[in-house]
Amino acid sequence: MVAALFTMSAAYGVASALPNTQRVISSSTTPLVSQGKAIFLRGCSSCHGLNAEGGGIAPSLIGVGSAAVDFQVGTGRMPMADMSQQAMRKKPIYNAAETAALAAYVASLAPGPSSVVDSSLNFERDGNAAEGGQLFRTNCAMCHNFAGQGGALTQGKYAPTLMGVQPKYIYEAMITGPQSMPKFTNATISASEKLSIIKWLQAANHEQNQGGASLGRTGPVTEGLLAWTLGIGLLIGIAVWLTTKAK
Amino acid sequence: MERFQDPGLPEHIHRISDSDPAAEKRAELQVAILFLTSALGTVLLIASYIVMKPDTYVFLPIMGSTNLQQLCIGLGLTLSTLCIGLGAVQWAKRLMPDEEVIAERHEMRSEESDREELVATFRDRSSQAGLGRRSLIKRSLGVAVGLVGLSPIVLLRDLGPTPGNSLRTTNWSAGTRLVMDPAGNPIRPSDLEVGAVAQVLPELPEGVERTLENVGKDAVLLIRLRPEDFNLNAERLSWTHEGIIAFSKICTHMGCAVALYEQQTHHLLCPCHQSTFDVTRAAKVIFGPAARPLPQLALSVNSDGYLVAKQPFTLPVGPSFWERDSANG
Repeated sequence: MVAALFTMSAAYGVASALPNTQRVISSSTTPLVSQGKAIFLRGCSSCHGLNAEGGGIAPSLIGVGSAAVDFQVGTGRMPMADMSQQAMRKKPIYNAAETAALAAYVASLAPGPSSVVDSSLNFERDGNAAEGGQLFRTNCAMCHNFAGQGGALTQGKYAPTLMGVQPKYIYEAMITGPQSMPKFTNATISASEKLSIIKWLQAANHEQNQGGASLGRTGPVTEGLLAWTLGIGLLIGIAVWLTTKAK
Repeated sequence: MERFQDPGLPEHIHRISDSDPAAEKRAELQVAILFLTSALGTVLLIASYIVMKPDTYVFLPIMGSTNLQQLCIGLGLTLSTLCIGLGAVQWAKRLMPDEEVIAERHEMRSEESDREELVATFRDRSSQAGLGRRSLIKRSLGVAVGLVGLSPIVLLRDLGPTPGNSLRTTNWSAGTRLVMDPAGNPIRPSDLEVGAVAQVLPELPEGVERTLENVGKDAVLLIRLRPEDFNLNAERLSWTHEGIIAFSKICTHMGCAVALYEQQTHHLLCPCHQSTFDVTRAAKVIFGPAARPLPQLALSVNSDGYLVAKQPFTLPVGPSFWERDSANG
């Protein structure tokens, strides 16, 4: 398959009547980049184009950097399972080494945000949970819910839950702005402020119920649903029992 | 046509517990168990309050990790009150007298002689008390009662004062720097990449405290997109700076913070009632109950290279109010 693609691209190269973008542009590369390029041509190029220049259904990947690749491929969002409203988090298709190779290839195309590793994000030491909570409520809570549980956007799109998400993916999402999400650059929300947000999210993730059920922490929807179904149902049951004559 | 016969009252069927001593004993036991469960609930409440540590958590299915003490206090209070009620109902249904009693209705009006006697007594006593004579007392009482009526009217002043011009004004004026919310640092155009957003507030003069009321009017969302994506008239395009556009974050419908920005579709969504605004067309309403676009803030850059407001908002921010000239935007 790979060989076939290379042969085909070589054939395109010979057929110079075709526009330049249809050719696989070869450049001097490291082994990791060429490995990534091979994976890219096999798994990604049908939508993103042979040179990651994008197409009608997929954006250009030139300049998105290794952070975007690490986020999209590492969380299983890419490759997409189907062309639905939104790529969803699922079991990753590529393992860590393949993801790193893909990231290296995309990063070699043009400079962009670099991927990070969890060990470099010392949010426990450098983050401030109170500040993180304030930043989260100002910048993130309207889409991702006040407790990071996620929420709905327009036309079937949604902001996913942030519970149980690896810190590095939260960080990479903020700097790359995947899909509907806007970018939060380090110039507007500094790297240390991002660590504070991550620290607050980790605290929210492990927050225990102080009393009663949290009902998914999604606010008035589940609370109202429970009151109107279970609560009123219980009252109706008691009313029926009260007015039934004993035998 | 044949008339129906009055069927009369159905025959009264007595309960098992009225005739069967064993069933009566059983009902008695049920009531007693309910009352004792209530007592146990109270014991659980008191014991968990005194004995349990407030930081013990247990994992429960569905509920997750839950504070044990609070859970036991809640369960105890529920059992103690609910079971008193359930026991009382069970007692009434099973054991309390079950005879049906017919209560006749009577005329509501009193006997004529009683009514005349009351009027005579009232006339007699009021002439003895001198209600017709002591005009000083009557008039002073009139003044007192009249003034008492005035006091609630005076207190109605607390509904005011009227907001005056405050619904039309914000802290944005020509040359006000945009600062990050909540950090407070000013922003340069280069700080925002295409697809980036920033929540900003106006920089306040030294020593002026930022109140929540101010934030509720001043909050602005800054968005950067590709300049070619804009579909604006010449005036509104001149209010943007290198693809950076700013809108009031306060929804024109009910005043929620409109900040769900979808960077691919350039739609801004209000989380409260799903009003959707198209950023590329000066926040034109494309869905939902909002009646007007979000007011746009004109942007410029000062001599130090920081983003500033070119002028105050030209329209009142936030939802409608009576005196607002809604015909002109």
